[in-house]
Amino acid sequence: MSFIIDYYNYWIVVFLMMAGFYIVISANNLVKKIVGLNIFQTSVFMMYISIGKVSDGSAPIVADGITTYSNPLPHVLILTAIVVGVATTSVGLALIVRIKKAYGTVEENEFKDKEDLI
Amino acid sequence: MALFIDLVLLGMLAIVALRVIFLKDLFAVVMLFGIYSFLSALIFVNLDAVDVAFTEAAVGAGISTVLMLGTLALTGREEKKNNHKKLLPLIVVIVTGAALIYGTLDMPPFGHADNPAHQHVAPRYIEESPKEIGLPNMVTSVLASYRGFDTLGETVVVFAAAIGVLSLLGGPRRRKDSVESGLTSHLVLRVVAKMLIPLTILFALYVQFHGDYGPGGGFQAGVIAAAAIILYALVFGLPLATHVISPVVLKILAALGVLIYAGTGVASLFLGGNFLDYNVLASDPIAGQHIGIILIELGVGITVFAVMLSIFYAFAEQSERTNIQ
Repeated sequence: MSFIIDYYNYWIVVFLMMAGFYIVISANNLVKKIVGLNIFQTSVFMMYISIGKVSDGSAPIVADGITTYSNPLPHVLILTAIVVGVATTSVGLALIVRIKKAYGTVEENEFKDKEDLI
Repeated sequence: MALFIDLVLLGMLAIVALRVIFLKDLFAVVMLFGIYSFLSALIFVNLDAVDVAFTEAAVGAGISTVLMLGTLALTGREEKKNNHKKLLPLIVVIVTGAALIYGTLDMPPFGHADNPAHQHVAPRYIEESPKEIGLPNMVTSVLASYRGFDTLGETVVVFAAAIGVLSLLGGPRRRKDSVESGLTSHLVLRVVAKMLIPLTILFALYVQFHGDYGPGGGFQAGVIAAAAIILYALVFGLPLATHVISPVVLKILAALGVLIYAGTGVASLFLGGNFLDYNVLASDPIAGQHIGIILIELGVGITVFAVMLSIFYAFAEQSERTNIQ
């Protein structure tokens, strides 16, 4: 049992990563691909935060009577990564809007066919 | 108890991710993604990362979802059926997943205090930063002071993303004829929104300036303030919102935030320190650190606010144009 608890977080993270990865490579719709990419991204965040956790630790904000804190470094890196993530996601979504304008579709196979016609 | 919550929440997350794979209705997919972000925010709280949870709830569940819905309004709601072969992706995913699971077996067990990740720089941040920087929130100390250069880079990336989106979609113009649009017939919603918006902005200011002592800071405050204006735009219409804060002002603010951040670095350079070395900003190093951190958090807050709002304006303008046609 303790073996499962020791690795449960990492296994779920791998599962989520693979779910996101599967959506990215198998989905035909570009918006869904972006959702998949975001699921992948969030699971990577969770990986880092899991590594920073200390059992019975506390949030890294100094308070009286608390001696064990979780590792603040992953928190810093992931906090900024989330904001950068939404910034890059919005660029991706803007590209999708332009693709819709140019080809009239956001289904990958359909605009590939149209590309051949041009 | 914390362990049990962890097990349950992560399980729920896996179920949501599985559901996203099979759903064809993209509106439902985006809503599920919002739920996914909220669930991960809860997990982050449970794993002691309160600052991260705050950001994830504001950014992932808030702004991302709004932007994806804006895209759906322009591209259509249904994913079309396709007869692509799904076998190859599945095999690739299973093989990669198996390799990664095999890799996790060599990782140190979850949560042990003597794991390698907690041995090197973390003890220094935990033990020295309250004395050196004088702030109770170690995340803010590391973000704004020890790794200030990193954060400057990330602020510039956010700024660059705004340039990218605006050059792809074109920003909205401030219209002189403010056509009444938005939810004109929903009186209750309009009244409630008017009461909520000032409170949201007040909360954003609290998050901005209390970030040194509790969870929060420029990134979260910027997103929350942008969310307040987005709510205004949704209820009262985009033309009125562009009268409240015009797109031109936003462009200037986005650049101003980066300028404040980099300018603080240059100021400390001229006062005889290194770039972004706040110790020289005041006669007492700790007071100098305080001034520096307040300044750069302000810069981050302004840039993030302006960028998030201009991106929203750009998407909303596209939808308005399509609606008129």
